[in-house]
Amino acid sequence: MLFQPAIIALLLAAAVAVLMLAAAAPFALSVLREWDIGSGSERQLVLERRTYLFSTLVSFVMAIQLATLLLFVFNADRLAVMFVGAMCAVGTLNVNAWGFPALIVQMLVFFSALVWLAINHVDNLARDYPLVRAKYGLLLLLLPLLMLNFWLQYRYFSGLRANVITSCCGSLFSEEAETLTAEVSSLEPRAALWLFYAGMSVAVASGLLHWRRRGRLDGGWLGIAAAAGFVIALTGVISFISLYIYEHPHHHCPFCILKTEYDYRGYALYLPLFGGAAAGMAAGALQFFAAVPSLRAVLPRVSARLALLSGAGFLMFTLLATWFVVNSKLILIES
Amino acid sequence: MRSWLDRQLHLIDFTLGSLARRKARNFGLLAVYTLLVFALASLSLFASALRSEAAHVLAGSPEVVLQRLVAGRHDLIPPGYLESIGRVRGVQKKEARLWAYYRDPRSGSQLVFMARPDAEVPVGSVMLGTRLAAAAKLNVGDTLAFADYRGQPYPLRVASLLTPDSELQSATLVLLAEADFRAFFAYPAGHYTDIALSVRNPLEVGNVASKLAAALPDSRPILRDEMLRTYEHIFDWREGILLTVLVGVILTFAIFAWEKAAGLSAEEKREIGILKAIGWETSDVIRMKVWEGLVVSLTAFASGFLAAWVHVFHFGAPLFAPVLKGWSVVYPEFALFPAVDGLQVATLFFFTVFPYTAAVLVPIWRAAITDPDLVMR
Amino acid sequence: MIEISAVHKAFNQGQHNEYWALQGIDLRIEAGKVTAFRGPSGSGKTTLLTIVGCLARPTSGRVRLRGEDVSGLPERFLTEIRRRSFGFVFQQFNLIRGLSALENIILPALPTGRPRAQLVAAAMALLEQLQLTQRAQAKVEWLSGGEQQRVAIARALINDPEVIIADEPTANLDSTLAGEFMGLLASFTAAGKTVLLTSHDPLVVESAAVHRVVAMRDGKLIEA
Ligand SMILES: Nc1ncnc2c1ncn2[C@@H]1O[C@H](COP(=O)(O)OP(=O)(O)OP(=O)(O)O)[C@@H](O)[C@H]1O
Ligand SMILES: [Mg+2]
Repeated sequence: MLFQPAIIALLLAAAVAVLMLAAAAPFALSVLREWDIGSGSERQLVLERRTYLFSTLVSFVMAIQLATLLLFVFNADRLAVMFVGAMCAVGTLNVNAWGFPALIVQMLVFFSALVWLAINHVDNLARDYPLVRAKYGLLLLLLPLLMLNFWLQYRYFSGLRANVITSCCGSLFSEEAETLTAEVSSLEPRAALWLFYAGMSVAVASGLLHWRRRGRLDGGWLGIAAAAGFVIALTGVISFISLYIYEHPHHHCPFCILKTEYDYRGYALYLPLFGGAAAGMAAGALQFFAAVPSLRAVLPRVSARLALLSGAGFLMFTLLATWFVVNSKLILIES
Repeated sequence: MRSWLDRQLHLIDFTLGSLARRKARNFGLLAVYTLLVFALASLSLFASALRSEAAHVLAGSPEVVLQRLVAGRHDLIPPGYLESIGRVRGVQKKEARLWAYYRDPRSGSQLVFMARPDAEVPVGSVMLGTRLAAAAKLNVGDTLAFADYRGQPYPLRVASLLTPDSELQSATLVLLAEADFRAFFAYPAGHYTDIALSVRNPLEVGNVASKLAAALPDSRPILRDEMLRTYEHIFDWREGILLTVLVGVILTFAIFAWEKAAGLSAEEKREIGILKAIGWETSDVIRMKVWEGLVVSLTAFASGFLAAWVHVFHFGAPLFAPVLKGWSVVYPEFALFPAVDGLQVATLFFFTVFPYTAAVLVPIWRAAITDPDLVMR
Repeated sequence: MIEISAVHKAFNQGQHNEYWALQGIDLRIEAGKVTAFRGPSGSGKTTLLTIVGCLARPTSGRVRLRGEDVSGLPERFLTEIRRRSFGFVFQQFNLIRGLSALENIILPALPTGRPRAQLVAAAMALLEQLQLTQRAQAKVEWLSGGEQQRVAIARALINDPEVIIADEPTANLDSTLAGEFMGLLASFTAAGKTVLLTSHDPLVVESAAVHRVVAMRDGKLIEA
């Protein structure tokens, strides 16, 4: 275990998130059991008022998860100097087997919390709160995810030992290694370009389509397209966008672009990407409830707005990425 | 969108007014909060200044330094040793260095004397760090005299001032010609202090070191990266330990914040009751209170951080000197160069704003669910 | 306009100190009229007003506002309706101390997110109507009782509600000021607003401005 301020902060945040939701879980259970919207009883009023606490707590957890996601990567990058062979976040995350799973679960928590908040928002627009049971059921599912998140981070950080020789982005994302990430990196530039632009066009188009049509089918499709778009976008970053940013034909790291040396261009890319993907997934998740009578009027409106956000996010990401590529001095594809 | 923005502005406006109306009550919290940020920020700024100082010093040093050991102790490099290394793959340049520590009896500080080729520093003259020169009130062209190995003054003329990029070097570095260096210390001719090797490819450093250790069993290679790692580790570890101790303080603060937020005055309860009766929704009240928390947090954070900055970089962290003494063992004495990094600010923000926010959420909610019909009774 | 049927309200339901403050109220309230509730202390007048004004929910029974059932709604929506449709004048005025008259008046409109300039203009218009323009920037605790009440009335009107609810509005005023208040009520009904008020004061209940008097006792209506 490294006694490092940022690590302590991260563990603290993960633990507090778990504790908060765990303390709230019995209340969620009582909402599940006793909720009766038709009743004018004082008990029902108490339950209703508790729902405000949950929305606030989950919003807080989500804000914290977003902050910790950044801090996690930021810190991994900084810690690289401690490990032989690590030059950026990838090396640090590879010091033991828990690094990347921890990062992935952290992202998962972020997206789940956002989707939950979208469902919560829609539910609060309908006068009979039709999704209360679904919502609190999902909330109870979020708890194990948060626990997993804490456990993985704990395993990861407690397993960190200075001086461990690790493999860094050079080997993880180099074309020879036989890992999934390596496969992604070794995509032929032209094919990678095609895949990327096709994926982004589909994601943007799906967003715009649902924005205009507001249908249940195209909403569900948007959810899938946004999730796939997110993966394809990351593939694009690893396989060629990063190369153009680094102006180096073999540096495939998706983290180094967050560094000062590259003018924080990573943030400019990832912010709209994460926003767009989360909005699209939320719009998709909402379609599960599109048939609820009291939501017929409000749900399509919210999900259309999310769709617009999603489309805009992906579009902005694509434009920025294109701009970085075009302005780069690196030439990968001779025309 | 427009109306959402206006609503938030209204809420912020209201909350600022309500904070101002309860100055005395909020001042205590703000003071404690600021103090906490100040303490943590001083600690963290101090640590990171040391860290960046170390990194600076090391950045200019060679990848591998070879020392010779005699009976387990560091000894001089004898003539011919450098040549005996021969060609090592990956080594770009090797150079025998001549340097020494010198304790200046007048200032009592530890200086580093380093010999440079005559072309750089002519015989009979020295180059000084700017801070050192300022401390001794020396200008270019002045003559100064250090006591040599016999205690006799050895006059040297200040040829020019160094512009080193680190405070540490600027305060301690003295460059002089090789002939002066040997005469000053009575350093045996042909002997050197150590050997510096530059290795271009960072991945080769390990190989080079093991090859050297195998070829010259009486030598000890010291890797720059290893030093850097050690420093990082020491600093982080110390900072971490202190922070852990301070977790107790942070917790106490969180409980304090909880109590402050939970113990609403009758006046404040009445206000929230009125707001709810005249049409504020529970979530409006929550939002208003969250804004209040943010305003308090950001004010405390900004003022605490600024105060810490002044404390550390203008006054040399006098309040923490006893606690942090351990650090100064690494370097005898020096003023700190202002250095901040984003991760550090983010971490600090986390350690202060996060516990506060987490502590006040439930009290905020409690206040917000006040019965709207309360004021009718 | 407002229909109340079989409304019951219990406090501390299911506990040893359970108390039924309203026990089966049926009432129709007409738009554009002043309705006064009277009855002994503890008869449930205030409780009824909180239910009509969407400040509280009935334990059972229905409340319809313009034909729409509002009795079972969650607080979030009750608040919305309350903000839009009801303006309140309380016995203790319930102004927020430390804020100016103007700031107090725009409070109910803050959550609507209307731009501040609009709100200030609306508030100034109301102050003008109530002849209080010169006191707009004064802190409310410096105002006299009558001025405070006029500020409270302006606050009740800022969101342009259809119904004004006043619980014991004249209890803290002398008879001259009470008379002035009744005059104001007449101007509200002239503007098409509905007014509900409670009072112990015969001067108020028997005033010409009141169109209908409803008497209550022990949580029930008694025919007048
Ligand atoms: N929150 C409460 N908890 C318990 N009992 C309550 C509560 N609010 C009101 N009551 C009771 O309900 C009854 C009716 O109260 P309400 O305030 O409606 O009377 P009222 O007619 O307005 O009386 P007054 O003329 O004195 O204002 C009273 O006996 C009161 O004690
Ligand atoms: Mg009453």
